Amino acid sequence: MKLNNLLQKDDRLMIKNIAISSALHIFLVVITALTFPFIAKKPIDLPPLISIELIQITDKTNIPFAPKAKKIIEKVKEKEKLVSEQAPPKQVKKEKPDAIPLPDQNQEIVKKPEKDVQNPEKIDDEVKQVSEFEKDELFDPNNIAALIDKSKEELAETTNKNDKITQSNQKNITTSALTLSEEDALKAQIFGCWSIPLGLPYNENLLVRIKLSLKPDGTVINSEILDHARMNKPGQGFYKVLAESALRAVRLCQPLRVPTTGYERWKDLQLNFDAREMLKG
Amino acid sequence: MKKTKLYIFALLFLIVPKTSFGLIEVDITRGNLNPLPIAVSPLFVESKSVKEFQNLLKKKNIGEDISSVVENNLKSSGLFNPLKKEAFLQKPDIAHLKPRFEDWSLIKAQALITGEVKYENKKLRVEFRLWDVLAGKEMMALAFTTVPDNWRRVGHIITDKVYQRLTGEKGYFDTRIIYVSEEGPKTNRVKKLAIMDQDGFNTKYLTLGNELVLTPRFNPTNQMVTYLSYFKNLPRVYLLDIETGVQEVVGDFPGMTFAPRFSPDGKKIIMSFAKDGNSDIYTMDLENRIVEKITNHPSIDTSPSFSPDGKYICFNSDRSGYQQIYVMKSDGSNVKRISFGKGLYGTPVWSPRGDLIAFTKLHKGKFYIGVMRVDGSGERLLTENYYQEAPSWSPNGRVLIFYRETKSDSEGKGFSAKLWSIDLTGYNERLVDTKTDASDPSWSSLLSE
Repeated sequence: MKLNNLLQKDDRLMIKNIAISSALHIFLVVITALTFPFIAKKPIDLPPLISIELIQITDKTNIPFAPKAKKIIEKVKEKEKLVSEQAPPKQVKKEKPDAIPLPDQNQEIVKKPEKDVQNPEKIDDEVKQVSEFEKDELFDPNNIAALIDKSKEELAETTNKNDKITQSNQKNITTSALTLSEEDALKAQIFGCWSIPLGLPYNENLLVRIKLSLKPDGTVINSEILDHARMNKPGQGFYKVLAESALRAVRLCQPLRVPTTGYERWKDLQLNFDAREMLKG
Repeated sequence: MKKTKLYIFALLFLIVPKTSFGLIEVDITRGNLNPLPIAVSPLFVESKSVKEFQNLLKKKNIGEDISSVVENNLKSSGLFNPLKKEAFLQKPDIAHLKPRFEDWSLIKAQALITGEVKYENKKLRVEFRLWDVLAGKEMMALAFTTVPDNWRRVGHIITDKVYQRLTGEKGYFDTRIIYVSEEGPKTNRVKKLAIMDQDGFNTKYLTLGNELVLTPRFNPTNQMVTYLSYFKNLPRVYLLDIETGVQEVVGDFPGMTFAPRFSPDGKKIIMSFAKDGNSDIYTMDLENRIVEKITNHPSIDTSPSFSPDGKYICFNSDRSGYQQIYVMKSDGSNVKRISFGKGLYGTPVWSPRGDLIAFTKLHKGKFYIGVMRVDGSGERLLTENYYQEAPSWSPNGRVLIFYRETKSDSEGKGFSAKLWSIDLTGYNERLVDTKTDASDPSWSSLLSE
């Protein structure tokens, strides 16, 4: 009996709840219907979104080493300019292996008429090289052509270089919190402090990654070579020399030119020292 | 209930944005190429040994003299900037025990060399240390013992060790240079073979000057020299043992032989042999005297030079109509032209590192010393002058030594020939001091190896 009473009580409660729920649902449906866009009297004319990157202006910047900015500007301009027709020949040149090419790899450069005849005087004009000096010095029509070629090459090289830098920096845009000028200021400072050991080979994978722990004023609390084990391995003399030079640069530069705000962002910092571009000359 | 709370917390943990940051990475792809500031503190001479050295070497302060050798070597490399001694705040006697790094960093030194000289068991003993001033730690500590007369060589060896520790590549200071010493008017020059340390000291003459001598070259062990001299009025390739003074003609060829050079293992001599207006490249095995013809072409093939692994030979030839540089396998097969610029190319020399070939270039009446990669790409002209030629590599492949002549006036006066060195950057060009006029230099390998 008691159980029956309880069930009836629950049924009544449930019916009441269903009624409230239904009322609320109807209310929501009505409100939604009323606020539908086609019901609105005037469509709101929303302006297009403009993305603005906030750049903190620091004391110093280094314009030549601001590839991010260059990329942004170039993105706004036409993309076709980047993919210039001059780019491929230079890329071919760059694709050459950095290791010492053996003479038997020169098939592409010198076209030999016959295998065993020592008479390779017939050289395809396309592969003839003109030294840099001559290009500067002479002014006959052929050399003007050579100058034009050179300018094309230079343009292509610049384009390639920019591509490369911007690609690596693209990563920083998403993962790092340093602004352009903050990063440039830091780079410019370390460029000045880093004496590159000129005896290092340019064709070896020599990249030294140093993790720094910094004080708010830019003083280095701790510096750690991330691939420290490599330093003491036999045959890694060049790596050791490069790592030591990088550490000297950090010590010489400190206190580092760090941003005045956002210490939490940059209290730990990783510097990747790569001298290959410089050593190639 | 507990489970529900746990779920709620887990949900919150997922929803609430985290405030931590990824590690910021900054790529450092540039640096400065300025010479590294280094302090070379005069080596401290042990008080007991001062008089001994004064009597033996007639040197007031042998420690200062050794450090001067090191300092000059480092400066001449162009990679180091030795700081002035007047600026040093710490005296040598304390510096060699434990340097006060603050004092050295104050004068902008990044590296420091200290040491001590002793006279022990009738020998000179030098202990030296290289310090990283900024890190405040020792980078290297070595000691050398030798006869006191060898004090200059100790300075060279110290420089080699420091150079290698700081640049990563081997040094080139404990080396010698053989060259042709020239004296007298241009029309009647007396030419002698001379040998000296790379810094111009300890010159010795190997021939008397009765015969004309040209193009001397060291063998890999630096004990033998091959050169060109005249035998029965014909230019012939000679072999000279520096230690014994014994010399001999290499092979009895029916014509003239010239432009000799050793193979990298020292077992062969490669040279040109000319007859009836044609010249080809030959090798001679020094053990069994077997001669092998390497090129066979009706043109002038000369100035052969082996690659460091001995597998290839570079040489110059006029087979294309103009003198150009070619590379072939050491058996003479697979000949390929590698120089294509305007002008004439000659005296190719393969770098000891194997990556470059140095050459002399003549274009529009001017002479250039340059380098190119072994496939002919990346030609760079390092220096230009009225007349200069015959580059020779330092053993580490970073510096070239060559000779340069100056113009004589209408009366034939003012002519001179001097040795010059230039590094691969093309900026560090230096006159190499020789007692007389000099030409045809050849750099030895490291003596201490």
